[in-house]
Amino acid sequence: MKNLEDLEKKINSELTTKINKTEIKYNQIYLETDKDDLIDVCLFLKTNNDTKFKQLIDITVVDYPERNQRFDVVYLFLSHEFNQRIVLKYSILENEVIPSLTSIFPSANWMEREVFDMYGVSFKDHPDLRRILTDYGFEGHPLRKDFPLTGHSEVRYSEDEKKVINEPVKLEQNYRNFDYESPWEGTKYIKEEIKSNDKKN
Amino acid sequence: MTKKIKNLNLNFGPQHPAAHGVLRLILELDGEVVEKADPHIGLLHRGTEKLIENKTYMQAVPYFDRLDYVAPMNQEHAFALAVEKILKIDVPIRAQYIRVIFCEIGRILSHILNVTTQAMDVGALTPTLWGFEEREKLMGFYERVSGSRLHANYFRAGGVHQDLPQGLEEDIAEFCESFPKIINDLESLLTDNRIFKQRNVDIGLVTKQDALDYSFSGVMIRGSGVPWDLRKSQPYDCYENLEFKIPVGKNGDCYDRYLCRIEEMKESVSIIKQCLSKMEKGPIKSLDGKISPPPKKEIKQSMEALIHHFKLFTEGYRVPKDEIYTAVEAPKGEFGVYLISDGSSKPYKCKIRAPGFSHLQSMDYLIKGHMLADVPAVLGSLDIVFGEVDR
Repeated sequence: MKNLEDLEKKINSELTTKINKTEIKYNQIYLETDKDDLIDVCLFLKTNNDTKFKQLIDITVVDYPERNQRFDVVYLFLSHEFNQRIVLKYSILENEVIPSLTSIFPSANWMEREVFDMYGVSFKDHPDLRRILTDYGFEGHPLRKDFPLTGHSEVRYSEDEKKVINEPVKLEQNYRNFDYESPWEGTKYIKEEIKSNDKKN
Repeated sequence: MTKKIKNLNLNFGPQHPAAHGVLRLILELDGEVVEKADPHIGLLHRGTEKLIENKTYMQAVPYFDRLDYVAPMNQEHAFALAVEKILKIDVPIRAQYIRVIFCEIGRILSHILNVTTQAMDVGALTPTLWGFEEREKLMGFYERVSGSRLHANYFRAGGVHQDLPQGLEEDIAEFCESFPKIINDLESLLTDNRIFKQRNVDIGLVTKQDALDYSFSGVMIRGSGVPWDLRKSQPYDCYENLEFKIPVGKNGDCYDRYLCRIEEMKESVSIIKQCLSKMEKGPIKSLDGKISPPPKKEIKQSMEALIHHFKLFTEGYRVPKDEIYTAVEAPKGEFGVYLISDGSSKPYKCKIRAPGFSHLQSMDYLIKGHMLADVPAVLGSLDIVFGEVDR
């Protein structure tokens, strides 16, 4: 499809039940789907002659800890033929296992390993789901919002034990995270107080 | 009598001069033939994405220098473009030219490093010595404009940090005159060199289909004959106004990728020359006081400028709630930033799409059936820098 509006129409008509929402912004199409329809949607986007999204650019997850469906899984596709990009996403629960794209796009292998490593989201039918970026024996999933910036453990060489050891992080000074939000409106806790007072009145 | 033969497992790296950084490659060898390669990465993982979530938009820029540290400003460019698009601000034309000049300088920096170290991996030392002299000059330009040879922290959302110092334009123009001769010298050492060709021709073949399947971009996909360059197909900043060619390979082997890089350097020189001739005096960053800090002189006289300055360097500018993916053609391929803002002054999420990550992933299939001695040649032509692979 030459232009994005046509492509949007095409996707909506061909995948009516599988696409929940479409939006065009910044010259890209943003699609929302469901976990169960992922494989069908990807196969359609890759193989249809009017879409030809033959390259998977990246896979990532966005963490919203306050939501019931905690994670948004995001896929980025590129079509060289039509010079278009698609951002596809769906929401999942914290412990949900999602389908792997490795059979459709071989490059999904490491991208899914990275997602698994950083967010702890598991993939079904992935050939080799190991951690990839973090250290051997690492615990936790660093990019989750509830993982502290300083981490849980630190590594050092112990002269006594003559080996590299892991121990809990000890900070000489606490991590300082100043609240710079506009002082004219008041910082966060003042705002919350004002809000609760407003509600009472 | 039968003998039992067992495959040998070999650890290549993490400390190996031809691993281009900290790569632990576990190779399964049958004699000298590689059966399987399992790259272990992450030894340089610093949690860049996590750190960026905890910094304001302006403070996030230096982290991009530390990704692909041989072409720092190209990475900053992707982030700056993403923020600009969400904020819907225009970049003054002079700033666009300055950014393109320094991105092309970054491309030359990266390609010199890659071409010469690849030559060193297969046994030639002289190109490295000649090439690094030129890199030194280019890093001198980086230093003069930003104060730092490597970690520039020069691009901003809305433009660049400061204007070019006096005389820099002339010196870059002079470099553009002298550099093509150095490229020719390098070529005279390598292009027709028998040993270099024996080590690179028909090694690490990538077909068009594989290039698509494995998410290749940049030289890796162009070497296989796909004319795909984001500067042409999805132009950003002032690339539309510039004329340049896209070198494309034929066979998709290490040698073709080397040739592509050499040609790209020549194109970069021509782009820089065009920018220098088209550039006019003018503002170098957005004039919106809510986004660009005011000049020092104004702070002394204007109350509003003082407030802007204070707010920008404490809270930072706020970015409305939105999501966006932007990509630039970095020297190594498509470098993208998937940014989610939540209306505060810090990014909610910033996923960095590094080209080297996808390229290294294909190591197993590229090297299968090759000899052990081909591992450095293939690794060299993938153009891996661990800053961006590990993030």
